[in-house]
Amino acid sequence: MPDARIVPTDRPPAEPARLVDDFTPALIDVGAHHLCPGCGEPVAMRLAMEALAELELVRRAIVVFGIGCYTAFSNNLDVEVLQALHGRAPSVATGVKRMRPDTTVLTIQGDGDMVSEGLQEVLHAAARGEAVTCVMLNNGVFGETGGHMTATTVVGQRTKTSLDGRDPELHGRPILLASLLAQVDGTAYVARGAVNNAGNVARTKKMLLRALDVQQQKVGLSFVEILTMCPTGWFVETESAPQYLDEKLAEVHRPGILKDVLA
Amino acid sequence: MSGGAAVGVTISRAPAAQSGRKLMTGSEALARSMIAAGCRFFAGYPMTPFTEVLEHMARLLPASGGVCMNAESEIEAVGMAWGAAATGALAATGSTGQGLSLMQESLAEITLARLPLVVLNMARGQGDYFQATRGGGHGDYRHVVLAPKDAAEAVELVGLAFELTTRWRNPVVVMGDYYLAHTSRTVEIPPPRAPSVPAWALDGSSGGSGAAKLVSFLGSYKQRDDVGYNLADHYRACAAETKAMVAGVTPLAETHHVDDAEVIAVAFGTPARFVLAAVRELRAEGARVGLVRPITLFPFPSAALAAAASGAKVVAVYENNQGQMVDDVRLSLLGAVPVEFIGGLSLDDSGFGIGPELEVGEVRRRIEALLGRGTSGA
Repeated sequence: MPDARIVPTDRPPAEPARLVDDFTPALIDVGAHHLCPGCGEPVAMRLAMEALAELELVRRAIVVFGIGCYTAFSNNLDVEVLQALHGRAPSVATGVKRMRPDTTVLTIQGDGDMVSEGLQEVLHAAARGEAVTCVMLNNGVFGETGGHMTATTVVGQRTKTSLDGRDPELHGRPILLASLLAQVDGTAYVARGAVNNAGNVARTKKMLLRALDVQQQKVGLSFVEILTMCPTGWFVETESAPQYLDEKLAEVHRPGILKDVLA
Repeated sequence: MSGGAAVGVTISRAPAAQSGRKLMTGSEALARSMIAAGCRFFAGYPMTPFTEVLEHMARLLPASGGVCMNAESEIEAVGMAWGAAATGALAATGSTGQGLSLMQESLAEITLARLPLVVLNMARGQGDYFQATRGGGHGDYRHVVLAPKDAAEAVELVGLAFELTTRWRNPVVVMGDYYLAHTSRTVEIPPPRAPSVPAWALDGSSGGSGAAKLVSFLGSYKQRDDVGYNLADHYRACAAETKAMVAGVTPLAETHHVDDAEVIAVAFGTPARFVLAAVRELRAEGARVGLVRPITLFPFPSAALAAAASGAKVVAVYENNQGQMVDDVRLSLLGAVPVEFIGGLSLDDSGFGIGPELEVGEVRRRIEALLGRGTSGA
């Protein structure tokens, strides 16, 4: 029996369908990523690359990657990349920046990478006031392993290791990293954005531009946390993930500019 | 252990009369020779007897245009060195065996990222032989391991370590201990070298070129080439590089009185000096004893050892541990000569490996007990 939703047609579309490749930033080599539909990380990655390009930093940028789903981009950029271990990007970035002070150093990590495995790395890099920009893609789960609890998972959030929702009695409470880093003397800029709607995407882009600009002034570490959708790891429908982000994650990890010493 | 045509190589010594010679501790000699070799980045976390080297680097490296970081832990120290190495700077880090245990995840992956790095393993005693020579961390990799007997040789081996790590893009371990760090010798620090920056080094400038550089332990392929990361390919490529390195690094050993020796002692590092003193005493009294001192612990100088021991009745292995290198000695000799372990723990309360049992008279007694015994045990 034919599917009633399929409208038969006897002519080609008026214009060819747009492919992801058609609107991929030039610095991302291959547009067709292998991450899940509805994932927020490619959006964040696109913003980071656009920010480097707009500030004309591409020819002196080194991006240090952590380990997570976003690592799929570490060999997919026309920007120099140094791959670090899970949790270790801030110390690796420190070595890069100390030996190449004229480069722009950007780290990309997830919440499992930066807050669970490697919290002390970013805290000490911040305390030293390293002139690097650290980006944390926060979806509150270990997406790559299939949706497990991290240090930023919000209370009540269901994961494969908190099946009835994160219970403060059993699992403790989430670490609000941007809020924590804002209190460290060595940070110059701290902001938390999101990529779940057009307005948040635009605001997050501005945060990345500002963070990279602050890095050029060498006044301390700049940090942008970006809330990203993970419908697979959240066990929600793809189209409902942006709303889930607003209602769950953003209620606890509240977007905004937390610190800007040059403002 | 494979390797090139191993011979008993004696490392060339600088003439004693030269004016550049100066009395200093092994820890200072390590620091000054690293800087002379071109090391411009050093990171560490204090722990005796590595602390002493870190102190000298903190004092000396900035004046040479380098950076020394007192990291928040050994894990961050090796991470910082990783980043510095990726920019093409000659970098070094290190610790004692305990701190190196913390570093192992990174050391394993730095090897798969094919980055040069010199690692000081300032051990407490000799219980970290396996950790140093067997890789220590996860994965299928090898590090060249050099074991100086004193400060003067440490200076030469540090220079060799930076040469080898640059040539093979593979970490090289220099193994020392408390005696090396704290005893003084006159040494000559070689003239400074200014290493060139390798083509793979990151400086940001290849961005936007269509061929931006990638330094990754996951592989070097880009997705634009329709390949992406392929760990099987990458691990096979790394295995081929390791094989070439193992075949290309000349195993080094020093031999004494081996030609007619009935008992051949084998020892490495600073304890080998105690063993050599015992061997010389016995020789002076007419006993047919000799010594083989492995200088490269990996690749192990198996051929040199087998050649030296071919006429011996027994090979006696001294280590300040429960017996680790003795396995490599047995693998080198493959049962051709009986092997006895005459070492053991020599510790005091500190655990630094400086106990009273490591003493020439005691080593001599253990060798003497094997003289005239013919063949027994293996």
